[in-house]
Amino acid sequence: MLPYVFCIILIGIGLYTVLTKKNLLKIVIGFCLIEYGVNLFIVMVGYRWNGLPPIMLTPDDKTLFVDPIPQALVLTAIVIGLATTAVLLAIVIRVYKRYGTLDLTELKRLKG
Amino acid sequence: MIAFYAVLVFMIVSAIIACEIKDLLGAVIAMGAVGFSQGLLFLMLQAPDLAITQVVVEVLTLAIFIAAISRSTRVDTTKHILPASIVGICVLVLVIIGTIQAIGFLPPFGSPLMRVSDFYIKNGLVQTGAPNIISAIILDYRGYDTLGEATVLFTATIGVLVILRNRGKQKDK
Repeated sequence: MLPYVFCIILIGIGLYTVLTKKNLLKIVIGFCLIEYGVNLFIVMVGYRWNGLPPIMLTPDDKTLFVDPIPQALVLTAIVIGLATTAVLLAIVIRVYKRYGTLDLTELKRLKG
Repeated sequence: MIAFYAVLVFMIVSAIIACEIKDLLGAVIAMGAVGFSQGLLFLMLQAPDLAITQVVVEVLTLAIFIAAISRSTRVDTTKHILPASIVGICVLVLVIIGTIQAIGFLPPFGSPLMRVSDFYIKNGLVQTGAPNIISAIILDYRGYDTLGEATVLFTATIGVLVILRNRGKQKDK
């Protein structure tokens, strides 16, 4: 149960960054941390003691393998995480070009 | 197992540094440390495909982050707001306590439920001809998932290009 707790602490740090930091790049970093924590958690759920990676050359019923489905899903999620991070950072670059600051409180002041 | 926990602790420490440091480039490098140690953990959790993908994606992510920093600013000039961080810590503690209660219902670490995966492991090699069951799943059993992933990647690329486009519509030229 202890490895799960580490993942949850990582997700919590990411959530704290998103909630309290006022810098746009810090918020994007927080999103990345949440993504890492969730991916790691899902892979950990599929781990099996003394299991091997599910790669075989002949049909094999005796060897213990780790669960392949979480790994397949996380493989998709990692690539999608890269895509969302790229879009977020493009928005950050655009905001800096337009307003010259990354501070959220400054941006709020500019609005009125 | 000691190496596993050591990498986990290193990951947590790097995440805290990435959260608190004032230099944005330093924060991004600390985030890269989190990502690469995650690749190491995937290797220890018997997921070599994931480790390769994570390292490649991490390099790309760091390159995009550094490009963003070089186009904006490097120092974090925001001020620390005390009430906001107190509220943040309260939410954090609530989330951590609630989730730890919830993971008590999961099967314990190291003995997963494998009702569907057993089918894939038994029949994957014969039905798809792929020695690697993970590629058999993402490219054959759940191929539509991968199609959706490619769609998301394509849409995100178009989105980045549209957002970063420099020329707008020019009048009379």
